Amino acid sequence: MTLLSNTAVLLGKELRTEFRSRELLTTTVVFILMVVVLFSFTFDPSTSESRRFGPGLLWLAFLFAASLMLQPCFLREQNNDTLSALRLSVSDPFAIFLAKLIANTFFLLLTEVLMLPVFAVLYNVHILSVFPQLVLVFFLGSLGVAIPGTAFSAISAQARMRELLLPLLLLPLLTPVLIASTEATAALLDLNPQLRRDWLGFLAGFDVVFLTALWLFGEYLLEE
Amino acid sequence: MLKTILGVAAVFLLIAFTAYLSFYYAPIEKSMGVIQKIFYLHLPSAFSSFVALGICFYANLRYVFTRQPKWDWLGVSAAEVGLAFISVVLITGPIWAHPVWGIWWTWDARLTLTFVLWLLYISYLLLRSMLEDPDKRALFSALFGIFAFLDVPLVYFSIRWWRTQHPQPVILGGAGSGLDPRMRISYLLVWLAFTGLMVLLLRARYKLEALRAGVDELRREAEIQ
Repeated sequence: MTLLSNTAVLLGKELRTEFRSRELLTTTVVFILMVVVLFSFTFDPSTSESRRFGPGLLWLAFLFAASLMLQPCFLREQNNDTLSALRLSVSDPFAIFLAKLIANTFFLLLTEVLMLPVFAVLYNVHILSVFPQLVLVFFLGSLGVAIPGTAFSAISAQARMRELLLPLLLLPLLTPVLIASTEATAALLDLNPQLRRDWLGFLAGFDVVFLTALWLFGEYLLEE
Repeated sequence: MLKTILGVAAVFLLIAFTAYLSFYYAPIEKSMGVIQKIFYLHLPSAFSSFVALGICFYANLRYVFTRQPKWDWLGVSAAEVGLAFISVVLITGPIWAHPVWGIWWTWDARLTLTFVLWLLYISYLLLRSMLEDPDKRALFSALFGIFAFLDVPLVYFSIRWWRTQHPQPVILGGAGSGLDPRMRISYLLVWLAFTGLMVLLLRARYKLEALRAGVDELRREAEIQ
């Protein structure tokens, strides 16, 4: 119970901090938009070509954007010297991770859903009929990005060259998420759209494995 | 000292002997020809790298729970040795694949898994080089190592469902598998030799890491005074 109430309070803090400045959301949206536009110059974005390459480039854009977006997650606490205060304020350090994790998943999902119509228009793909299913895929995928991302953000905040380190730690680990999300998205954007339950199950499994690992080892990540 | 010399001599002799076995004793494979001989290097390297990375995972876990520096030393040694063997696998693989499959590289499950493993453990070593405080370096790299190891089966299954065309295992049984007995004995011995080599490298690297930690300690003491 305390875990949940602590998490709720901390989540409120994360959301308030972000929505006061909206720095992360704005930069991430602009970044994804740039990648999507720049990618269109690398091949002919007709409907059939977009169906083949679109989902992959969309997820690559999300992954790169996430590795930038998750950077300040713990760095901010480090710079403001608020990490010890945070640790003292909760009984279970997992609450800190849980709150940051939920906030990061929410931010990622928000930017993805915002960028989806832009992608559909620029690349001539139809998404309206499968929009709820796409959001489900995006949710499971974003959670998969955010769980290790939040954990590694705590690591990279303490390192030298921290801006470079997070993508290096995160991107190879996210190979399974990239494959599963891309396949699931591609199946939904297909001429005969279908919800690939196997890939969704795989994504859910990835989320469960790393959430458990974070729950078991998270407290060690916050040691001074 | 005597133990080390004996160990090195034994492994050296075993490798020389298995090199002879794999080139002259084991028959030449029917469809692939001489190029198949590279398997006597490729397979045991792959095996040794997986064992080394398993040791790395075990050492990482032990470090997180006991905080004894020796587990950190073992962890980094195993990661480096494992990485060296994976590099051998990644180099010998395409050399074999080009004449047999007609391509240097294909994004098949095991190839891709090996490549991703290589990248993950490169990241592990990079992370270590970017953390200065020894305790923090040990703890954070151990935690990253645990996460990376958990990722391995997930990477494997995701790529496997995605696409695969690797030859099915023909050594450990299963229908249609079968090896010439002379090939089998060569494989077993070469496996033994490479595991021995892995253990030797691991020991040497571990000792180096222990010495390095000792030097760091002395340097810090000298700075304080």
